Parts: sequence; C-alpha cells; structure tokens
Amino acid sequence: MAKRVLMKGNEVIAEAAIRAGCRHYFGYPITPQTEVMHYMAREMVKHGGTFVQAESEVAAINMVYGAAATGERVLTSSSSPGISLKQEGISYIAGAELPAVVVNIMRGGPGLGGILPSQGDYFQATKGGGHGDYRNLVIAPASVQELYELTVKSFDLADKYRMVCMILGDGTIGQMMEPVAFKEKEDTEEVAKPWATTGMHGREKHNTITSIYIDPDDLEAKNRELQEKYREIEEKEVMFESSNLDDAEIVIAAYGTCSRICKNVIRQAAELGIKVGMVRPITLWPFPSKEFARVADMPSVKGFLDVELSSGQMIEDVRLAVNGKKPVYFHGRMGGNLPTQKEILDEIVKIHKGEI
Amino acid sequence: MIDFSIILAGFGGQGVLSAGKMAAESALIEGKEVSWFPSYGPEMRGGTANCSVVISDEPIGSPVINEPDVLIALNQPSLEKFEDTLKPGGIIIIDSSLVKVAPKRTDIRFIPINSSEIASELGSMAYATIVLLGCVSAATGAFTRESFEKALYDVLPERRHHMIPNNLNAFDKGAEFAKK
Repeated sequence: MAKRVLMKGNEVIAEAAIRAGCRHYFGYPITPQTEVMHYMAREMVKHGGTFVQAESEVAAINMVYGAAATGERVLTSSSSPGISLKQEGISYIAGAELPAVVVNIMRGGPGLGGILPSQGDYFQATKGGGHGDYRNLVIAPASVQELYELTVKSFDLADKYRMVCMILGDGTIGQMMEPVAFKEKEDTEEVAKPWATTGMHGREKHNTITSIYIDPDDLEAKNRELQEKYREIEEKEVMFESSNLDDAEIVIAAYGTCSRICKNVIRQAAELGIKVGMVRPITLWPFPSKEFARVADMPSVKGFLDVELSSGQMIEDVRLAVNGKKPVYFHGRMGGNLPTQKEILDEIVKIHKGEI
Repeated sequence: MIDFSIILAGFGGQGVLSAGKMAAESALIEGKEVSWFPSYGPEMRGGTANCSVVISDEPIGSPVINEPDVLIALNQPSLEKFEDTLKPGGIIIIDSSLVKVAPKRTDIRFIPINSSEIASELGSMAYATIVLLGCVSAATGAFTRESFEKALYDVLPERRHHMIPNNLNAFDKGAEFAKK
C-alpha cells in the first residue's frame, strides 16, 4: 500500500486536480476554501500550468469557461457566497457543454452568513443554481481519501459528459486533516475533444463554442439533447454507500460530515439495542433514488432519519424516493453548528419508541 | 484497542494546532487511523484556538469530538470551555504556569505541568506543547516516543533538525508527569 500522508482536505483537492491533469486554476479567495487556492498558487507553476487569482468570482468562472473551451482540464473553487456569484457562468458552461470542475466548500448562509460548516447549498447545487434547464454532476465526499479519489474522477466525468462536475463539501471536509494514500499514477481517461477551439487543424469548418440558439426549435432540440445526456447519467453514474442495512429498523440518510457523525451514532444505537443503518449518497445528483426506494421496501425498516447541516434540503429527494412508504424524520443544524452525536441518538430513540 | 479523542486548546499562537498535528503524525507512523480538525471560526482572531484529534485502531467515524478522552488546556478559558465535556475517567492536562484555577471535576485524572517554565529552561516557548504531548503519550499510549521522534524528522525542515534533541528532552520531561 502507498505511504499515507496527513493532509488537509482543501490541499488534497488541489493535489488531486493536478494529478488528474488539471493545468489551469482560476479563483478568488474565501474561507473556508482558500487552501485550495493557496496550494495551487504554490504548486501549479511547478507543473507548467496557469494560476490566476481573478479580480472576482465572476471573472474566475468566465476564465474557466474560456479555458474549458480549448479542451484543457480546468478547476475553480470557492465557498457559498462565491459560488452564488459563479452561477451565471456555470449556466453558460452547461449551455455550451464544456467540461469543468467546480468546488464548493460550503459555509453558513444566506447572504454573507458565517464561515463555519454548512450544507445549505444542496438546493443550489442539485436543482439548478443558475438559469435554464440544466444539471451539474454533484459529488459529496465524506473523507480526505475520498476527496482525492472523487476529485480525480470528477475530471473524467466532466470530460465524458461535457458538463460541470461539482465537488460539494462543507467547511469540516475542507479544513480537516486525515491520511491520504496517493496512487503512483492516476488512471484517468483522456477523451478526444474534437469540439475544442484549438485551431482549424485542416478542418473545413471552425469549431464554435456558444450557448445562444435564437431559433426556438434549435433551442428546444439543444435542450432535448441535454436532457438525454442527463437521463444517461442518472442511469450510469449514481454513487452511494449503504451500511448496516441488515435488519435495520431506522435508516439514516446523510452525506459528507453528517454521515461521519452518524457513523458514531450507529455504534451507540447498537449498544442500546437499536438497529440503525445508513444510506450515504455520494452523488447528490444523480441522486440514489432507487436505493432509497429499495430500502423503503425492506420490511424491517420502520422509518428514515435525514440528518443535514441545513433546514432540510436533501430530505425532499429522500421523501420523493421513499414515496410515502415509510415516514422520513429530520434533524438538522444551521449557522455553522454541527449536530452532536447525542442529539441524533436522542432522535433515534424517540423514533424507535414511537414518540415522534 | 486504541480509540482516543483529544482536544488541545489555548490562545492563538501557542501552537496547539501544530501540537495536535504532531500527535496525529506520530500515530499515523504507527499505522493508526487519525483525524485532525481545527477550530477555524472567528474566535481564532486574538482569542482561543483549539483542535480535535482522533487516534484509533479502527476507521474513524466522526472527526468532530463532543466528549473528549483527553483535554490539554493552555489557558483558563479553554479549561472552562471544555472541562464539562470530558468523558468520565478522562484526563485533563494543563500548563500550570498559565492555568491557575484547577478543574472542579473529581471523576477525572488531573495532571498539572509547569510546561511553560520547562520550555523556557530548554530555551524556547515552542517546547511547551511538546512537554504536554510527552505526557499524553505516557498517560494514554495513543502514540509512542519512537514514532514521535520519527514524526519530527518527517515534519520539521532539515534546518530545524538541530532542535530535535531538545524536543525529545521536552517530551521526556512531560512523560515523567504521567508516571507520578
């Protein structure tokens, strides 16, 4: 096994991107994500790449748009308020079908909010964010090792489907250190990009990158193409981790940091004789709806407990998937606070006793 | 089975974040699972700083600690903030040069160490947290002196390697307090 090194989540995102062949980074600093940028400022030049601290998030995402149009692997990162600023550009990138990786290390909102961990941008990440009928692939790592592996994978996915792949973590995931074992060589899939604007290369017609389709029939056709692509992704790219589901009475739905806290809670519940399992979505879009539907049909399962650092956003997707077959309860904290293990365990005990 | 959670807390600048990282690096060398999570909130600016370190033989669930096994407090506010959260039977280690009021809890092990004085005798206040780490190592077995020494070589740039003997000296002085 490769040597494990202790690294901060944010730094691992940057290292993973470089290993995946990303040679262009454009960003603007914001807590709790700035270490991504800091690492890139130091390391990118050593790999012959481009690092630009842009004048704003809006500028950074449009630099991403431009660089992605040339077929290069490109990254930008920010935290919640900065990601809001990038939404216009993300919508254009979706419309122009360009591959790019966008990292959001979420902090509490709305508005300027605070700098502590939150999962309050789930709706923004998975339901659009910018204007128009489009989707981003949204990936939610729960450990530093996973941040590495999934950041590398996100570049492959972005290239394969020519769209934005977003890494969605909260401040805890970005700020914590854990061991990470890097591979000697990444097995990333370089795909041909005949659409890239890199010169004529003897072609008769030049490539055009655009998201404008003035004729409504053309625009509708473009939208249908996009939707077909999204349906394919929903079939092929769902990732999740199910654990402790055998005979589970209560099933937790949680991603990122919440899933880590809940791992401890599951052990504590077992000591009280309550069987608790968990379905942890790794892709938030496409959402593991089929898995939740399957678990909802399990006779042992009395109900679900959705745990989030929000007022309840992912719970809407959980409820759609569970489709009324079992009750879905909620526990959430906001503002940068994290739920304690005891808080969650108390909810589980109450559900188990039938008190809520 | 080893499964420890440690909170290190003090004023910003005392080196609690680095000390926590050294504990994690040392345990990692032994092949243990580790996590390190810093406070990065507004309280860091001129106020208190703390970090949570988990060291375990098993994959770590939460890197966020609600009930630590060990609390290392380098100032009075830190002791007051975290004392009540300590697990029954846990350990509180303080820098007694800086923390003047002892904890009220009686269901815990209390180890006061005049680590700032020991550090200044060794020539640098930077050794104060190392004295406390030596005590954690001896009191809990979460990581050994040998792996701490290896971690120093890994973490410190070569121009600082001349400080390693003093670091080990500080570590050993702290370990003595665990045996009392």
